Amino acid sequence: MVTFLLNDLQVESDAPTGTVALDVIRYANGLPGTKIGCREGDCGACTVLVGEFRDGRLEYRSMTSCLLALASLHGKHVVTVEGLSLPGLSPVQHAMIEAHGTQCGFCTPGFVVSLSGCCLSRQAMTPELAVRAIDGNICRCTGYKSIERAAHTIAVRLKDKDLADPLAWSVAQGFLPDWFLGIADRLRAIPTIAQDAGISATHLGGGTDLYVQRHDGMTRAAISPLADSGELRGIRMEGGQCVIGGAAVVTDLLESPALLKRLPRLESQLLLVSSTPIRNMGTLAGNFVNASPIGDLTALFLALGGVLSLRSPAGNTRELPLDQFYTAYKTLSKSAEEVVRSVRFQLPDAATQIGFEKVSKRTYLDIASVNSAARIEVVDGVIRSARISAGGVAPIPLLLRRTMEALVGRLLEPATVSAALAIAQEEIAPIDDARGSAEYKRLLLHQLLIAHFLTLFPEHFTPEQLA
Amino acid sequence: MRNIDAEGHVTGRSLYLDDLVVQQGTLFALPCDAPVAHAHLRSVDVSRAEALPGVVRVLTARDIPGENQIGGIVPDEPLLAEDTIHFWGMPVVIVVAISEEIAREARSLLTYEFESLEVITDPRVARAKGHWIVPPRMFEMGDPDGAWAQCTHIFEGRADTNGQEHLYIETQGAYAYPTEHGSLRIASSTQGPTAVQRTIARVLGIPMHRVEVDVTRLGGGFGGKEDQANAWAAIVALASHVLQKPVKMSMHRMDDMRMTGKRHPYSSDFRIGLTADLRILAYEATFHQNAGAAADLSPAVLERTLFHATNSYFVPNVRATAHSCRTHLPPNTAFRGFGGPQGMFVIESAIAQAAASLGVAARTIQERNLLAEGDEFPYGQFAERVNARPAWEQADRQFEFARLERDVETFNASSQTHVRGLAFMPVCFGISFTNTPMNQARALVHIYQDGSVGVSTGAVEMGQGVNTKLARIAATAFSISIDRVKIESTNTTRVANTSPSAASATADLNGIALDMACSALLGRLREKAARLLDTQPDTITLVEERVHTNGVATEWDWKKLVHAAHWDRVNLSENAHYATPVIRFDKRTEKGHPFAYHVYGTAAVLATVDRVRGTYVLDAVHLVHDYGQSLHPNVDRGQVEGGLVQGLGWMTLEEIVFDSTGRLRSNALSTYKVPDVHSAPKVIEIEALITDGHPLAIRRSKAVGEPPLMYGIGAYFAIQNAIRAVRPDAALAFDAPFTPEKVLLTLYRGRVRVGSEGVTG
Repeated sequence: MVTFLLNDLQVESDAPTGTVALDVIRYANGLPGTKIGCREGDCGACTVLVGEFRDGRLEYRSMTSCLLALASLHGKHVVTVEGLSLPGLSPVQHAMIEAHGTQCGFCTPGFVVSLSGCCLSRQAMTPELAVRAIDGNICRCTGYKSIERAAHTIAVRLKDKDLADPLAWSVAQGFLPDWFLGIADRLRAIPTIAQDAGISATHLGGGTDLYVQRHDGMTRAAISPLADSGELRGIRMEGGQCVIGGAAVVTDLLESPALLKRLPRLESQLLLVSSTPIRNMGTLAGNFVNASPIGDLTALFLALGGVLSLRSPAGNTRELPLDQFYTAYKTLSKSAEEVVRSVRFQLPDAATQIGFEKVSKRTYLDIASVNSAARIEVVDGVIRSARISAGGVAPIPLLLRRTMEALVGRLLEPATVSAALAIAQEEIAPIDDARGSAEYKRLLLHQLLIAHFLTLFPEHFTPEQLA
Repeated sequence: MRNIDAEGHVTGRSLYLDDLVVQQGTLFALPCDAPVAHAHLRSVDVSRAEALPGVVRVLTARDIPGENQIGGIVPDEPLLAEDTIHFWGMPVVIVVAISEEIAREARSLLTYEFESLEVITDPRVARAKGHWIVPPRMFEMGDPDGAWAQCTHIFEGRADTNGQEHLYIETQGAYAYPTEHGSLRIASSTQGPTAVQRTIARVLGIPMHRVEVDVTRLGGGFGGKEDQANAWAAIVALASHVLQKPVKMSMHRMDDMRMTGKRHPYSSDFRIGLTADLRILAYEATFHQNAGAAADLSPAVLERTLFHATNSYFVPNVRATAHSCRTHLPPNTAFRGFGGPQGMFVIESAIAQAAASLGVAARTIQERNLLAEGDEFPYGQFAERVNARPAWEQADRQFEFARLERDVETFNASSQTHVRGLAFMPVCFGISFTNTPMNQARALVHIYQDGSVGVSTGAVEMGQGVNTKLARIAATAFSISIDRVKIESTNTTRVANTSPSAASATADLNGIALDMACSALLGRLREKAARLLDTQPDTITLVEERVHTNGVATEWDWKKLVHAAHWDRVNLSENAHYATPVIRFDKRTEKGHPFAYHVYGTAAVLATVDRVRGTYVLDAVHLVHDYGQSLHPNVDRGQVEGGLVQGLGWMTLEEIVFDSTGRLRSNALSTYKVPDVHSAPKVIEIEALITDGHPLAIRRSKAVGEPPLMYGIGAYFAIQNAIRAVRPDAALAFDAPFTPEKVLLTLYRGRVRVGSEGVTG
């Protein structure tokens, strides 16, 4: 029995735990405001806010309910557009109407929910962040400019938000109904339950890929959710290493001041990864384990030098470098029962630069045609160490070992880069598919490698030198 | 002025097809297709599917009591495949089950035995093999053969545009339930309730009066639910009729994308001839329309391509030929612009080709050839109240074209990593259904005895704001609060024989009919008021809910007057009929006056290309648009912004991929990308053309749905101009969309080679 709060009602459901929240909300509970657009997390029409305790505080994040398993709702608060509706209109709804941000209206509840999430976040709001909140919402009617205007209005309204207690502030300001004030206590009253569905169960991280690839099977499967396991979350700095729990979601990385301080480019790099609601759900381990040749985080952590910690059901752990994790297309050197407990990597020092490049048809919320990450250490003009990954150019996420060798020990100069670029072409074997032709992917990787050097060492190279 | 539906939208209370409360015992239908694009169908084994608990029935073509035919213009499309499969996604059988999940599981248990046949996906191949949907059409004007001798410059080339997925966020769906006397009521997500009604009557073999179709609203249509909603409504109607149960279907996205048609891809050849002073003297275009496996609306789409072959320009000598080519793609269909954008892209390509070859700016050629008053279109209509040049000149005045160009040059001189390009896009789009008989509409208005007003028309609300416009028309006609007006669902029992909500003409046709109905009712109310106040009707006016005589307020208000009229047995209901005057078209001569009027505008599109990565951003679109006298500036602005961004998507990132077996590879939102909030231009600046509008437009407010989409075509040429700024020698291809892949390959094709001697970088 899964127990959770749906708006201001407590729901107890004995439906299969793989059932998606979207169906629970719409059909079992008769709340049709949450819409079905794509059932794969790519349109945002089914966006809900999910409240749960993190570090003892009730925090809300937007998620696409089409990829959210019932199993992972236990003890949480799910907020739909109906739950955001007051006797009158909330300032978010009002702003959408005044800006004419709605035409056919089908995507609108998703936008309203995403923008309402801005009230509950502990970030000081800016127009840019308000627009970021809707980066996972697709509208086919408006062309977005009117919705952007609404988002800007909302950002202004949230200027004086109390960052210590945004929930109480939002209730006081009429953004949220007052029953929100009692939610934390009601959630605490829900007893925790053992969620392990047994050895044959499907382990579920964020579900953002499993529910896309195996939708029909998942909804009938027994699910063991991993994402709520406290020991699998969290980001720790330990003696020059960063250790990130396997169930950490991308947003956890984005909201870690310690990590962003050591990896100053990380924020803009991670914004290229999917969308806000998917970043709120998708786990690091899930990105590694789905073994996509084009996984963004896989590419990044390959270059960072990630080392996985794997745990067996018996509780034994072993370490394995991420660059030894992939043996063939979608094949892992891991038993089905083993779980990715964490990933660790050596934090970069001042001499080391971390780059991440990605090109897709659409810059945001799209899967890359080719991606690449680089970790390059330069001392006195000489490349001391280099790790460069490439996605989308081979059956597995690739570490360009020979390219790296061609760089190490050489002067950071155009001739070194040119020689390495040539070798990179020998290491890859892209194919034609919906993401682009093989010819394009070869050229694109070539350009992205150039982009690494132009971005990371602008004082050393001009575009002409590398052209 | 708000959109009257907006409050329902932001609170999630607006009701779409899948939100309707289901009746007890409702079953779920699922269309099932075979994994092949073209084949002789030998057999379908339904036994395992039928044996699955919860499956009620698997229906095949043999269960159709009427005609297994849904083709509207040409009867060439079976609802369910019998012995031949014509496209990947063609429904073969229908699984009916107690839940959607069980139906999906049952579908996976079906097995098909078929013999594969040759698959054609290229319209030129289809033409070469003689596979036409309808015979080719040709528009001619002047001396299309002799004029070339007078041309100083002649250029020719090829221009291709890919299709476009509608991606209405609400997928296709319908819900049918049996009523008395062998009748059915169907809720459908359709732009064309009458087409759904007609199709169901045909498939079930029952008269149309037994089929009631009701449409509350659509979560987007864009043309994709004009003809293409028919099949799904017919499927639930068939199941409901056979089983005498309520049957529902709301399509999964991947089924919808695989099974439904899209904007037509076109592959075209052009030849353009100019005088020494850059006047276009002759133009020839041959269009190959990829119609897909059945006619659907392709012949009408083809016709509009010809109507817009010369866009906003006057060309004295024209020959435009169009082939509707039958391939094995899902039947392509209406999509905002309806063939017009495909035609315009070709002449813009021809102009770009000429400009590049002559070393002049395309803008010079565009401006020099804009339509003027009295110019003849290739289809025989003479341009009147022409706003081509006023729109261009107002845009130049307000946005300073020369300054925009200088800014681009300055930027390009200063950046080594990025390069900008600018393009201009004038648009001229004809308003009316090109099939003249479709230009009719009716409105039924009831004034209830408490003073509230109910309005029924043939217009379907799909986000274009037609309900808001209609409510405003009724409210202003009676001078009452808009809150007194309710726009009813679109229902074939209340308003019959409707034209679909399409061709940008919905507000014009239904709005004018509504205006007529309101005026008749107002006339009767004024007569009643005159009797009450002992005066003449022509002294009576209604002003803000109050009856005035000779401009002076009386004690009679709207509610009192209506109440009195009812008890005096005055008819408070009115049904009005409107048919657009003036228009006509003779398909034998391909001449006539098909359009009530034209909509004009000019856009400047600015793009920045990343020279290292081959990506781009659309920085700005500045445009002047001809709204006429806008009835609702906020709704109309939304149409311009939304249409523009859809057009930009078509030209840039929206890429439909069919493989050689006819299988759709871009079959989900993960593989088919429409613009998101970040890919919309940073700046969209829209100015209204200063004009007094057109008398055939509803209250001089011009149609606005489709024309803005074509401003998006400018994005292709802006990106191309950016590339040409750094690679003047790059091959000049006209092959939309201009994906980042094409940008990078245009910039650097051949830069990377893997040869026997290794790799050169």
